[in-house]
Amino acid sequence: MKKLLSFLAMAILVIGLVAGCGKSADSGDQKSGTIGFSVSTQNNPFFVSLKNGIEEQAKALGLKVKIVDAQNDPAKQANDISDLLESGVSVLIINPVDSAAISTSVEMANGKNIPVITVDRSADKGTVVAHIASDNVKGGEMAAQLIVDKVGNAAKVGELEGIPGASATRERGQGFHNVADQALTVVSKQSADFDRTKGLNVATNMLQANPDMQAIFAHNDEMALGAIQAAKSAGKDIFIVGFDGTADAEKAVQDGTLAATIAQQPELMGKIAMDTAKKVIGGETVEANIPVDLKVVTK
Amino acid sequence: MDSKAMQYVRKLGPLIGLIILFIIISVMNDSFLEFSNLRNLLRQVSINAIIAFGMTFVILTGGIDLSVGSILALSSAFMAQLIVTGTNPELAILIAAGAGLVLGAINGLVITYGRVAPFIATLATMTIYRGATLVFTDGNPISGLTQDPLFHAFGQGDIANIPIPAITMFLAFIILWFILSRTSLGRKTYAVGGSEKVSYIAGIKIDRVKVFAYALTGMLAAIAGAIITSRLNSAQPTAGTGYELDAIAAVVLGGTSLAGGRGHIVGTLIGALIIGTLNNGLNILDVSSFYQQVVKGIVILLAVLADRKKA
Repeated sequence: MKKLLSFLAMAILVIGLVAGCGKSADSGDQKSGTIGFSVSTQNNPFFVSLKNGIEEQAKALGLKVKIVDAQNDPAKQANDISDLLESGVSVLIINPVDSAAISTSVEMANGKNIPVITVDRSADKGTVVAHIASDNVKGGEMAAQLIVDKVGNAAKVGELEGIPGASATRERGQGFHNVADQALTVVSKQSADFDRTKGLNVATNMLQANPDMQAIFAHNDEMALGAIQAAKSAGKDIFIVGFDGTADAEKAVQDGTLAATIAQQPELMGKIAMDTAKKVIGGETVEANIPVDLKVVTK
Repeated sequence: MDSKAMQYVRKLGPLIGLIILFIIISVMNDSFLEFSNLRNLLRQVSINAIIAFGMTFVILTGGIDLSVGSILALSSAFMAQLIVTGTNPELAILIAAGAGLVLGAINGLVITYGRVAPFIATLATMTIYRGATLVFTDGNPISGLTQDPLFHAFGQGDIANIPIPAITMFLAFIILWFILSRTSLGRKTYAVGGSEKVSYIAGIKIDRVKVFAYALTGMLAAIAGAIITSRLNSAQPTAGTGYELDAIAAVVLGGTSLAGGRGHIVGTLIGALIIGTLNNGLNILDVSSFYQQVVKGIVILLAVLADRKKA
């Protein structure tokens, strides 16, 4: 009997303690103006920064935010979102694990008249008041402009494209060509599926076919890192620009092997999401698509 | 100390734990006990509970099944592909359940006729089935399945305000409770886990009992997968990753011994409810997801410690 009682006492203690660590102390006003945020994972630095941006901006604006972590499981995300809806949030910010699987949850929130904002990944179905993601078009323009500035007008450039048809491929390519079609000479453009190994192979072929190539723009860092290897084995000094700002790429920039990466700003993305949520609560209308600025990372 | 009353209290341990959890969470947040949240909770619990019911049979025979999450994903992908290519969705659910049964039976056959330890055998099939899912789906989710209302209802609908997944869970519970407590197959399941030697001498066909347990678990994992697929209206290649651990935790929380031969499916239902209540309650209480994992682990540990003296 003693054992059982001590077990129960410990259980109460643990749950009480941990719940105390949360922000539930003032659960009285939870129905007014609380924002729910469902993040896809916290196992990836990008999404940790996104969450930090949300938390900090919530603090700055004096808003209460409930955060749930789907651990990359779309089924858990559906559970998390129904929990948030049950606990009475007034706006839902969702960073979907999967654009298709999130649709039923968005529709559920629509059914309860809770406005939904998506961040980084969009939802295939359901009504969303705003979608917040990096401004890929502008990022492509920035990459092309950087090559013009650093390598020179009419420089001969190769373009490593992402998965054909993917939104990032289309938008980054479009932005790049907005500038490059006038100011640069694009001698080769081929897809390497956002993959490092394919980036290496495709870039090797490009350099073989165009020995006078001066620069390469890759639609993501993985392909850019592959292209670095290709340039190295061809014994050439190529000005390579990646996209995303991954840890590997920023390290390569520091080492001097990668000329630059167009970095996404997840923390800023979180901040903007929170600002948008505040506007939605206040009844203001918001833009359906809110682009987030990128920044050029060079040595 | 070991009076009859004491044993009774110990048996009720998991239920008492669940009730205390309910009281704590509802005191801290009043939206927890609202009817709509209890429905929500039942819907969430049903998937883990259905898998854990099968896991109870396996663990009672002294085995373990690590492949349930992979079976769930493979059968879901198969079902989604059937639906996308025009098979009647309700028929596809039945075929998926059959596929799960076969995948589970393969586990059972490897373990019995192949004489491979259950942990190793299902560790291998867990990897094989997951790999097969990725090959089959090419790593992409299968989405845009169907507008069929019956198929949607399977994961999202309600009957008389009770979520259909919860009804499926209770039906499975009643059938399996009956098999375990009222049939010779149930008695044999306990006997095999209690002592294989004695079971053999008693003339029990041990291999058949074991193959049944794994095949049943495979089928239940596939049914859980069909519920998830209906709920998300898409089949994910990574679905069910880590679900074996939640199912094992539910079985252990319910007081079933990992050594086999002792425990019951009633406890498993309560165990699954405890895990589901923790997930739901800690979300509602806005506890950080990092702490949530710590709490779940501590609760499992405490339950096992409290259970130790039973044997």
